[in-house]
Amino acid sequence: MVAGIPILWLLVLFLIPFIIVFRISFSEVRLAIPPYTPLFTWHHGSPSLQLHWSSYAFLFTDPLYVSSYLYSLKVAAVSTLCCLLIGYPMAYAIAHAAPASRSMLLMLIVLPFWTSFLLRVYAWIGLLKNNGVINNVLLWLGVIHHPLALLQTDFAVYIGIVYSYLPFMILPLYANLEKHDGALLEAAADLGARPMRAFVRITLPQSLAGILAGSLLVFIPAVGEYVIPTLLGRTDQLMIGRVLSDEFFENRDWPVASAVAILVLLLLVVPIMWFQRLERQELTAK
Amino acid sequence: MRSRGLFSRCALVLGLVFLYVPILSMVIFSFNNSRLVTVWDAAHSPTLKWYVALAANEQILRAAWLSIRIALVASTGAVILGTLAGVALARFGAFRGRLLLAGMTTAPIVMPEVITGLSLLLLFVAMEQLIGWPKGVGAVTITLAHITFCMAYVTVVVQSRLAGMDESLEEAAMDLGARPGRVFFRITLPLILPAIASGWLLAFTLSWDDLVITQFVAGPGSSTLPMVIFSKVRFGVTPDVNALATILVLIVATGIGVSTVWMRYQQRRRERDVLLAAAANL
Repeated sequence: MVAGIPILWLLVLFLIPFIIVFRISFSEVRLAIPPYTPLFTWHHGSPSLQLHWSSYAFLFTDPLYVSSYLYSLKVAAVSTLCCLLIGYPMAYAIAHAAPASRSMLLMLIVLPFWTSFLLRVYAWIGLLKNNGVINNVLLWLGVIHHPLALLQTDFAVYIGIVYSYLPFMILPLYANLEKHDGALLEAAADLGARPMRAFVRITLPQSLAGILAGSLLVFIPAVGEYVIPTLLGRTDQLMIGRVLSDEFFENRDWPVASAVAILVLLLLVVPIMWFQRLERQELTAK
Repeated sequence: MRSRGLFSRCALVLGLVFLYVPILSMVIFSFNNSRLVTVWDAAHSPTLKWYVALAANEQILRAAWLSIRIALVASTGAVILGTLAGVALARFGAFRGRLLLAGMTTAPIVMPEVITGLSLLLLFVAMEQLIGWPKGVGAVTITLAHITFCMAYVTVVVQSRLAGMDESLEEAAMDLGARPGRVFFRITLPLILPAIASGWLLAFTLSWDDLVITQFVAGPGSSTLPMVIFSKVRFGVTPDVNALATILVLIVATGIGVSTVWMRYQQRRRERDVLLAAAANL
């Protein structure tokens, strides 16, 4: 009973929906409600499946879709790397802070997460636009003489993703770094290893699980990110999440939108399984 | 050693500045008189006129009220389902369907929201065709969708709390003859109550803030607050949204402040009790 209720709920509202998406990706669009050919057709009293490959053929032949796939992967990879480069030293500093101030610092990291995600992304419009705060400050300082085009660039999307997902990188890294045994580093120092060498040979390899968990937590949702590229990003190059949403809402082509979703899932299934394995290890290790 | 400590400390300070400057800028510009938002109109600022405009904005108030109601129901539903799932995963050992449940509770956390949203809408449409319910999309379908993605977070919070907790109290109760239900309500539940409370708060925040999934499963007349905000800011900055953001920041900051003071007070009371008990034993 205890396990049955959540399993039943998730079967109906999480697993079955994916099967339906999968099925509809093999339908054809038609002018009706709902706007796709039926899931089953009846032939002489028995249901028969009709699979149409047209949506997939369309996605693979139209360069627009291929390029938004590759672009989404690039944006997610670069943002994950930036998150790691910024988040690692921050997590390290918190793990090495005095125990009394650690919880305070962690709270400061998590606090923005409790305010609206949408509004925090929106705040960057005000900072990045042509007559925005950053340009005004740089003009006033005399660093630049004409406003820089910051909004609607790749740079703005990186900033938006790093800004929104940074806590997701820092928390698993902190959880990992905090458990490290200082004695190993002391032993390395006693044996004459320089701090940098000790870090590369001891701390870094030990924190690999944290790096992986944090990176997956940033990378997977970033691939399908919709709000950040829509508010801050380029208009000539869309990310795949936006393409899916446009196919659905603007073109009302549900089969193509479903096919996009299935292809994104295929792409993410390996990192998602990887993340689940890490998560299971983490939860059973305690 | 010292130089690296310095480097990481600098990174921490700069990182925190990076996290807080955008929020601070929204707060400051919410008191700006100019419609240009980011150009400070020194002659007529600070002003409260955007707050006044906000209070008179029927559309935003209606959307906020709808969002609050949905978040209340969704987070409560998510806490019930998520606690059941968390307890099952942490305490039931290897039961049938464990792997399925574990997989289905961690996947929604990383699943791109556009995919979750699309799949849920297609489910609701298929259900309506098949069994005639739900009739169209609206507040009900939004709530169902929110319960589903919020319960994953509650499950993780409850499960990790239980995983870090000693089972000996529960075992002792069972040895003394308490039935499983009684053990759960008298021992386990009180012990994981803090985790359940933070899971509920997390679920409330996620539901209140969600845009992408909601857009898919919302219908005409069921615009939540994030939907209204998104349609306003999609084509540029509007000052009354800054005022709204400031109010939200204020609420969150107050909530965190109160809970911190409350926890300090509780801790001090516990310490005092320990001291008194020690003194009484002298």
